[in-house]
Amino acid sequence: MDIIIYLIPIALFLGLVGLGAFIWSIKSGQFDDMDGAAWRVLDDEGDDRP
Amino acid sequence: MSDVPATADGCPSGLAPPESGLQKQGDLSAFVVRKAALNRLSLSVRGAKCGGCLSKIEKAVRALPGIETARLNLSNGKMEVAWTGDLAATRIGETISSLGYGVSVHSEDAAATSAKQEERSLLVAMGVAGFAAANIMLLSVSVWGGHGEMGASTRDTLHAISGFIALPVLVFSGRSFFKSAWSVLRHGRTNMDVPISLALSLAFAVSIFETLNSGQHAYFDAVVMLLFFLLIGRFLDARLRRQAHAAAHDLAALRNTSVTRLDAAGAPETIRAETVREGDTIFLAAGERAVVDLVLLKGASEVDESLVTGESLPRLAAIGSTIYAGSVNLGQPLQGKALGAAADSLLSDIADLLEAGEQRRSTYRKIADKAVSLYVPFVHSAALLTFLGWLAFGAGLREAVMAAVATLIITCPCALALAAPVVQVVASGRLFKRGIYLKSGDALERLATIDHVVFDKTGTLTLGQPVLVSPMIPADTLNQAASLARASRHPLSRALVAAAGPGQLAANVREYPGLGLQGEIDGLPARLGSPEWVGLPDTPETNGPSLWFALGDAAPCLFQFADTPRADAAETVAALKSLDLTLEVLSGDRDSAVRDLSKQLGIDHWTAKASPTDKAERLETLRDQGRRTLMIGDGLNDAGALSLAHAAMTPGGAMDISQSASDAVFSGGLSGILDTLKASKTARARMRQNFALAAAYNLIAIPIAVTGHVTPLIAAIAMSASSLIVTLNALRR
Repeated sequence: MDIIIYLIPIALFLGLVGLGAFIWSIKSGQFDDMDGAAWRVLDDEGDDRP
Repeated sequence: MSDVPATADGCPSGLAPPESGLQKQGDLSAFVVRKAALNRLSLSVRGAKCGGCLSKIEKAVRALPGIETARLNLSNGKMEVAWTGDLAATRIGETISSLGYGVSVHSEDAAATSAKQEERSLLVAMGVAGFAAANIMLLSVSVWGGHGEMGASTRDTLHAISGFIALPVLVFSGRSFFKSAWSVLRHGRTNMDVPISLALSLAFAVSIFETLNSGQHAYFDAVVMLLFFLLIGRFLDARLRRQAHAAAHDLAALRNTSVTRLDAAGAPETIRAETVREGDTIFLAAGERAVVDLVLLKGASEVDESLVTGESLPRLAAIGSTIYAGSVNLGQPLQGKALGAAADSLLSDIADLLEAGEQRRSTYRKIADKAVSLYVPFVHSAALLTFLGWLAFGAGLREAVMAAVATLIITCPCALALAAPVVQVVASGRLFKRGIYLKSGDALERLATIDHVVFDKTGTLTLGQPVLVSPMIPADTLNQAASLARASRHPLSRALVAAAGPGQLAANVREYPGLGLQGEIDGLPARLGSPEWVGLPDTPETNGPSLWFALGDAAPCLFQFADTPRADAAETVAALKSLDLTLEVLSGDRDSAVRDLSKQLGIDHWTAKASPTDKAERLETLRDQGRRTLMIGDGLNDAGALSLAHAAMTPGGAMDISQSASDAVFSGGLSGILDTLKASKTARARMRQNFALAAAYNLIAIPIAVTGHVTPLIAAIAMSASSLIVTLNALRR
């Protein structure tokens, strides 16, 4: 079970990547307009402009 | 002859009434920010409520030449537009308003920005704590699962890793608690954050000690779990407060317009409204709303003062008369001298009054705050006594500290602090889905105790716009009259056009303020307006507002208008009566109109010709009599009364100022009033239940913790469970 000494840091690293992505998405304002985002998914025109 | 299109529809789902194109929104070009080749503009869009509005508006704006980005935030109505080239900013505004939405410049004030920052940092702290809680829990479960079989060195390693995760997270996510506790302790007082900080630090310290001495139990999982759940509560609370403030700041949009000032040479310049000074000569174009009080210098025109007095028929403004801020110029361009800066106008006074009213704290929250402030010293004493008690009974230092920490954690007054806010959030959300926008959570408590309802008439019980009611007018006479009326913004002309439908404009139409319109139809002179204008020798008696139309030498034809009640007014009145509420009508309109409407709806008590001061006095009288009044009104003339009432509601489509004076804005008919009253009663019951649950939890939990039956982890879970129960109780149907 010595492998666990490598697996724990790898797991933590992956967790940190996830956390980093979460923080980035908050800072880039993706949580500012939840209603608009919900509706944009259903938009038929499918305009991919940012 | 030109085609005049019908008014656009606004929200395709009908969630908000369309904004009429009556008001010109002013020159937006004063607010464009230019950087390199890119022009940016932030707009505030009103009336966009559904996905259909979103795609409609964005598509229309993107179709304009040179647009790089056009993105509407559906949650707060803010639209960011960026473009290259020489597209005029006013064209963007016109595109949006031609679709039936209200447009103004977006004003971001300092308070809203800092609230948003606070909310964001809480969300980040919560995410970090969540990450730590999940990972440490992984390790803790391993330790528990290996109990008895896991070697000491493995266990210590896992504890150490937990500690390394917990330390930075505690410092980062817990900094708001530590900062707040420290700032309060420095002055020798305590608040709710003190026991929390104490519990976190003690539990962490004991865990470090245990890990270093190869002990069996470490409590890092308890520490970060506690932090995570507390931050969830803080985040939701910050969200709630920010939403409550958003409505009041929409008022700024009305103030944040541009104004055309004439300089000494008479040349017009576009300036921001805040920079107007007393004595400036202001140019008020046709369709423009006055932003400052003006005394008229040049020109003659009819002025719509419905926002100021509630009177739907316009007044003829003569040289020397005062045009109040908020009035719309309906006819010819006017020039006036500013009587004061924008900050001194009637509009601003009302705005200040409203912001002051905003500071009212909810009673239940005050109770909760008071309870918490008494509770905290009790918590500390309980923990200390537990510690000393255990030592006295011969327990080891370790055990005594753990019992004290468990007591600190389990007695955290989070359920108490969440009891009222969570009910308010849930109730507001549910009402919002039914088209009722509740401005602040504490309004629910006040709405629940209402025993008397006061209605404004024009625009509240009625549609607020005159409607043509003359029976038996030949269709071609109607079309001929409409072809003249299309040139005017007068409310009666617009009602005539609405009745006639789309059509053409007659030739050579000119509007004469205070008199009427004149034009040519098929070569014959045609006139539409007052009896004298049309050539009648004396004024016949008419019941309500009317227009006369004469074509050539034919006899004049009478068009009669009335302000019709809303479709569901009668049944709403009946339903309110069945709830044992007393009703009255308080209006600025004439006796005959108010009497007829009250009789029609079944309301016995009515007052007509009430000025804004009269309305405010009536509300004060009711308050002195001990009545708890719900005031429902829509114009600026109601705003004073609205803020004096125990609770106030405004129909959607009313001016922004009244919307900010009231506690709730309802769209989709008067039945929204019933929904709100019912929801407020339910909310009050839930809040009481939550307080009871929080109290019961403490009564059970404290003895258990003091007698040492819980570890800090169980304490953290129990404390969170109490918050969860309170939340679930608020969420149930």
